[in-house]
Amino acid sequence: MEKTISIHLKIWRQRGPKAKGAFETYHLDHVSTDSSFLEMLDMLNEQLVGSGKEPVVFDHDCREGICGMCSLYINGHPHGPDEDITTCQLHMRKFKDGETITIEPWRSHGFPIIRDLMVDRTAFDKIIQAGGYVSINTGGIPDANAIPISKVKADEAMDAASCIGCGACVAACKNGSAMLFVSAKVSQLALLPQGQVEAARRAKSMVAKMDELGFGNCTNTGACEAECPKNISITNIARLNREFLAAKFQD
Amino acid sequence: MGLFIFNSSIGRKLIMSISGLALILFLLFHSIMNIFVIFSPEIYDAICKFLGANWYALIATMGLAFLFVVHIVYAFWLSLQNYIARGKERYAVKKNAPGVDWASQNMLVLGAIVLGFIALHLFNFWYKMQLQELLAKLNGEVLHVEGAALVQELFASPVYCLLYIVWLVALWFHLTHGFWSALHSLGGSNTVWLPRIKVISNIFSTVIVLLFMAIPVYYLIINLLG
Ligand code: HEM
Ligand code: SF4
Ligand code: FES
Repeated sequence: MEKTISIHLKIWRQRGPKAKGAFETYHLDHVSTDSSFLEMLDMLNEQLVGSGKEPVVFDHDCREGICGMCSLYINGHPHGPDEDITTCQLHMRKFKDGETITIEPWRSHGFPIIRDLMVDRTAFDKIIQAGGYVSINTGGIPDANAIPISKVKADEAMDAASCIGCGACVAACKNGSAMLFVSAKVSQLALLPQGQVEAARRAKSMVAKMDELGFGNCTNTGACEAECPKNISITNIARLNREFLAAKFQD
Repeated sequence: MGLFIFNSSIGRKLIMSISGLALILFLLFHSIMNIFVIFSPEIYDAICKFLGANWYALIATMGLAFLFVVHIVYAFWLSLQNYIARGKERYAVKKNAPGVDWASQNMLVLGAIVLGFIALHLFNFWYKMQLQELLAKLNGEVLHVEGAALVQELFASPVYCLLYIVWLVALWFHLTHGFWSALHSLGGSNTVWLPRIKVISNIFSTVIVLLFMAIPVYYLIINLLG
């Protein structure tokens, strides 16, 4: 049987990057506990549009936890209080009847607010671009056995590759550091033979870009790992440190 | 190459971790030497004499002071950059993620407490020992301050004992996070070793801090028992 709850919402509203923002409160009745968090926001927006008000702007796309587009800092946690999921995978059954839910945008120097809950994460794209191309030998199809990759390495590379670039790590970090994201992107290639040719260049230029864009210095608090929806491990950060320092000492 | 220790975040962390590890090494020696003051004041005084107004001890002291300055300057610099990177607007509701050490989020505060007490400590001991011996030497005299007596004198006051104990607690927190964090910053960590270096860090910090703390605790107890 369907259960519904009533909730209070405290949502950050800001008309533009330079405008001054503030919290506004809303009330929603008959929210199905089976609905997802974003469906709840859709309900709110229908209600707002219906009464001639501006809807709340927020990012979303796939709504199945794979694209990295959704964000939202919900009740003090990026992607909400549940572990290892994205905001779009969060369900209203995690909330109590009559609860006040505070929704804020990612707050970080590297991610300026575009509007309301939507932030500009192109900084991540710039870091990826700085990584440059990956050389791959074409020609005849090589025998899979000819490029041996140990199970451990393959698993770690796959785990690192599961980063969806959502930015929760930056949002959670007291230092506004992007190290978890950058380390995942460097690791997925550093662990595999395909990524070797440009490994040193990639580590150096991605870190340089990250620093240039104003992300903080990592102090290994581990908040990123705890809040990452994909459970990316901070051991990737140690690998990035190794790759970067080794590249610098080679120069 | 060289510039990266200023203009890249990982380079700055390299300096932070190397200076921090070197300071930990110093603390290890310092704590082992200290403990003699309880068991054998004669040996302790001999160590004090050995590390008094001579060139080797002086050069080592200057090196140490340099490490401290580097560590502290970088600490404030990094913390300021991180504060700016966090952005102007703060979260209205912020909950700690599970598994995040309290110490790891308060390294600057802990460091500042440690720093304040270092000033007091230098005044209590270094000022009265190596500095006085040095000034005497400049006047052509030879002075050997009896370290053990100074220690007894200071810790005759329970207030000083307690102050030193508080200091050491702050140091313990700084080290439990700092030690493994430094290894991590240097890249010496992976899925197998991360839990291990955290355990090693806790044990190592506890041993160092207990060695230091034994002294004020010892004097506190013998003075309270009369
Ligand atoms: C005996 C004295 C000290 C020792 C042994 C020590 C040791 C360490 C170590 C090993 C780290 C970890 C470095 C890393 O994560 O790479 C660290 C970090 C830190 N220390 Fe100290 N420290 C001492 C004193 C101080 C003082 C006096 C201050 C400042 C006022 C300070 C401020 C900091 C800060 C802010 C960090 C975190 C910086 C970061 O991780 O980027 N420390 N310390
Ligand atoms: S590391 Fe995790 S939190 Fe950071 S961008 Fe990737 S998926 Fe998101
Ligand atoms: S909307 Fe795609 S991950 Fe949430």
